[in-house]
Amino acid sequence: MRLLLAVWILWVGLFPLSLSGAERIKMATTTSLDNSGFLDYLLPKFAKEYGIKIDVIAVGTGKALKLGENGDVDLLFVHAPKAEAEFVRKGFGVQRTTVMYNYFLIVGPPRDPAQIKGKNAIESLRRIYRGQYTFVSRGDESGTHKKEKELWKMAGLKPGGSWYLEAGQGMAATLQIADEKRGYTLVDTSTFLALQNKLDLVALSQDKERLLNLYSVMAVNPKKYPRVKYGAAMKFIEWISSRRGKVLIREFTTQGKRTFFPIDTLHP
Amino acid sequence: MNYLFAGLQEALRMIFHLDREMLSIVMVSLKVSSLSILLATLTGIPFGFFVAIKHFPGKRIVVVLLHTLLSLPTVVVGLLLYSFLSRRGPLGNLGLLYTPWAMVLGQWVLSFPIVSCLSLNATQSLDARAKKTAMILGATHLQSASLLLFEARAGLAAAVIAGFGRVFGEIGVSMMLGGNIRAYTRNITTAIALETGKGEFALGIALGLVLLSISFLLNIIFYYLRNKNISA
Repeated sequence: MRLLLAVWILWVGLFPLSLSGAERIKMATTTSLDNSGFLDYLLPKFAKEYGIKIDVIAVGTGKALKLGENGDVDLLFVHAPKAEAEFVRKGFGVQRTTVMYNYFLIVGPPRDPAQIKGKNAIESLRRIYRGQYTFVSRGDESGTHKKEKELWKMAGLKPGGSWYLEAGQGMAATLQIADEKRGYTLVDTSTFLALQNKLDLVALSQDKERLLNLYSVMAVNPKKYPRVKYGAAMKFIEWISSRRGKVLIREFTTQGKRTFFPIDTLHP
Repeated sequence: MNYLFAGLQEALRMIFHLDREMLSIVMVSLKVSSLSILLATLTGIPFGFFVAIKHFPGKRIVVVLLHTLLSLPTVVVGLLLYSFLSRRGPLGNLGLLYTPWAMVLGQWVLSFPIVSCLSLNATQSLDARAKKTAMILGATHLQSASLLLFEARAGLAAAVIAGFGRVFGEIGVSMMLGGNIRAYTRNITTAIALETGKGEFALGIALGLVLLSISFLLNIIFYYLRNKNISA
């Protein structure tokens, strides 16, 4: 008993030591970047080159921006251009740099009861709405959710009712729900590719015009929160938007497919 | 059904090969919960003991409050501490949010009521003559207190283990205050939630098995100590 106690106290006492070491900064990001495995691929490389460890807090873009607004993180990697611009305008974010893009997809059950295959995003939503087919929304103010709301607005519709489910969860969990419920949902390409082989869902509406998905990085304004680690955050921003960063973005694949495209290749 | 068996098989492989990812997650859980329970022991036992042996106005209210706090929802603790620890909150300058220390703090708040309640009960269940005897034999207050603590040792140890059980399997505080950061604040419960969300069952099952085994072990000790206490 006494020996047990001694071992335990020693163990607990050693704990603080294991936490020291490399500089760490906190990055709030979207669940899509985390769920797709992109950050697991990217961040160790940055840590190796700069000795800065980035702790990832994967939440929706809305929550990520809130964390930035409260000064609880140093760095943001998000995908909701309008909300980001607002964030910068209010003085919370600086050095906003759009670094990469891909597309959103509308996915659904293979049977496709709403017949949206090959239709554009607006027409797809209209059909789902009209037939009241199950649609699972993120419902969490994430970048994907903001995009979805934008699309409904463009379609001139106000979704609601028993067919419209607000999950309030991350992208992966929302996909699982859509899969289980045989419903439709809006998803970013990277998460869908990463989870595709566990799902019955198939990509139905691919609308490059309306479903563009832009990712940006930015630092939390050190003038608002003097304690944020601005210097280290800037190193990451410079690194990811450099040639080297772009090559790494381009080389990342999920299930053998390119997932993100660095921004200089964008020709709208 | 196939995916379940595949998941279980992969889970067992992970456990027997001591998968690194799994180990790091289990370590975070063990470290955070150990530290928080150490704090709860150092604060909860004296508090419970004090409430048990002292007579003071409002004692009943304190006891009832303490028992009420036993069912404190973890998310409420998470919410409260979050608002304090955020940079915008009163303790924001410490920069504790999304660190293991925030989890330790939250788990301490969760386990304190359990440890103090059970310590209180363990002390109260002692024979009232023990203290009198000690006093008659000329013991000082300090001496008789340590005598009582010694007499109640099995019950106190059980209190600590029950507290550990409470924090080891909780998720609310860990998720809200730790943020589920890989290899830093990702513990068993937050990892299971994440993996299930991703539809990855193997790691989830492996972690679940580890969690259950540790709880099982703790309960064996708990049971042993309780029996010892009754027979003593």
